[in-house]
Amino acid sequence: MYETLRWTVLDSLTIAGRTYSRLKAQPAEIAGFLVFPVIMTVLFGYVFGSAITLPNGGDYRDYLMPGIFMQVMAMTATSSATTVGEDMARGIIDRFRSQPIARSAVLVGRSVADLSMHLLSLAAMVLAGIVLAGWRARGDAGATAAGFALLALFGFAMIWVGTYIGLWIKSGAQADAATFGWLFPMTFLANTFVPTEGLPAWLKPIADWNPMSAVVAAARDLFGNPTSVSSAWPLRHPVTASLLWSVAIVVVFLPLAVRRYRTMSR
Amino acid sequence: MICVRGLRKRYAAQQALDGIDLDVPAGTVCGLLGPNGAGKTTAIRILATLLRPDEGRAEVAGLDVVRDAARLRFRIGLAGQHAAVDELLTGRRNLELFGRLYHLPRAAARSRADELLERFGLAEAGRRPVREYSGGMRRRLDLAASLIVSPPVLFMDEPTTGLDPRSRMQLWDLLRDLVKEGTTLLLTTQYLDEADQLADQIVVLREGVVAAAGSPADLKRQIGGDRVRVVFREAADVAAGLRLLPRPDEADLGATGREVSVPAPDGAQSLIRIAGALDAAGIPVEDLALRRPSLDEVYLHLTS
Repeated sequence: MYETLRWTVLDSLTIAGRTYSRLKAQPAEIAGFLVFPVIMTVLFGYVFGSAITLPNGGDYRDYLMPGIFMQVMAMTATSSATTVGEDMARGIIDRFRSQPIARSAVLVGRSVADLSMHLLSLAAMVLAGIVLAGWRARGDAGATAAGFALLALFGFAMIWVGTYIGLWIKSGAQADAATFGWLFPMTFLANTFVPTEGLPAWLKPIADWNPMSAVVAAARDLFGNPTSVSSAWPLRHPVTASLLWSVAIVVVFLPLAVRRYRTMSR
Repeated sequence: MICVRGLRKRYAAQQALDGIDLDVPAGTVCGLLGPNGAGKTTAIRILATLLRPDEGRAEVAGLDVVRDAARLRFRIGLAGQHAAVDELLTGRRNLELFGRLYHLPRAAARSRADELLERFGLAEAGRRPVREYSGGMRRRLDLAASLIVSPPVLFMDEPTTGLDPRSRMQLWDLLRDLVKEGTTLLLTTQYLDEADQLADQIVVLREGVVAAAGSPADLKRQIGGDRVRVVFREAADVAAGLRLLPRPDEADLGATGREVSVPAPDGAQSLIRIAGALDAAGIPVEDLALRRPSLDEVYLHLTS
């Protein structure tokens, strides 16, 4: 038992090491992670933002940044799906599976490495928000830390969604498309960029119950940024709701992904 | 070393393996031949613990591929249809990574990586990322990656598909060396000359069953013996010439109208007698040759 656990940890670390080596080999990738959110910051903070007034007042750019932070975390699913899909196509997953590696290590090691990588890009995004949009966390340090912890947890959850998708698709490009295609629009179908209050009645419940809305609302609360009110339960209790959502996603997708990995094409 | 009995595997729409038996003695090479969809890859994947059979039993190195899968994984190497190595990493980092995953300590994984790079002619290239490698170099690295723990059994799924002739021959030499050192090798291939060159035993699969098995020589004998092919200079001589050949009733006439092929029951001796008879009769001949049946003919015969 102890031996199994020990190898699971060591194998996970080895797999995580691979992700870091890959990153060192393609610094452009890191730049790519950052360019996109920076564009979103400028586009929404200055272009659309100039025409957006918040119903309850407050600075729009302060309102915007937690949304962009969430978007950065949500899109982790895309890069996980892509890299797993590539490994499937190349037969690397087969090689791992033919090796005496602890069964969950390949996926767990990867998810941890992916998360630390995305936290790095979140940190860069925070810096960009401070510099480009004058964003500040205006709550106390504990609340701010809690806000980032919730974002990180959500990112971790989304990595497992992406991993699960990647394990079904034997192609990096197709796995990318199969994730980005619904995920990116979904980040808009929320309170990420605009309050949900103004949405048509049929769309509003979808946006209110979108897990991403809860995460963004929780981050806004904890960072002391302007937020918008909604009568929907998840937005009245955003911290609890986002915690529940993220845990639920992990509880569903982590076992699904590990099971798919173990029983692949049986 | 590999022992398979009644192996069956069904995918949703297709019976991929419909009860195959296989015995590969230690230190020998078995070539699995067959058209696409015959079940070659399925068989390899089951033996390499990637796939669970529906029915039947398979033992590799004395271990059951289902029950003892975890222990078996220390004793097998797998090189798949694609070079399953990380494009972005250097050759050395790839081997080190796979070594670590076989639970080698870091220093041991590094020195094993260097050893394998040296052996496979990649010592120089080891410092470069794999995406800069040629096809042959990738396959050699892939083979090296499957040999990290010197497994007694090696599975290779179409190891030389897509390689240029020189790289293929290089890889064949490497495989022969491994077998000389005692490795048992099971490989699938589309190339008959590859099976002819490497395999002690050939198993032809068709629609999930064993269509034929035996040494390359056995299989060639099954389809018939040697033949002599005569090309006459003049089409008018064919009828007269044919009377001088052995078993003229079994002759095949070529498309040119000047060409005849007959069985050569005594091999080269038949050829000498035919040459003497034609010479004595003064019939001019453009070409005269003894032809052994090729594995291609065996294959086409068995799979069509």
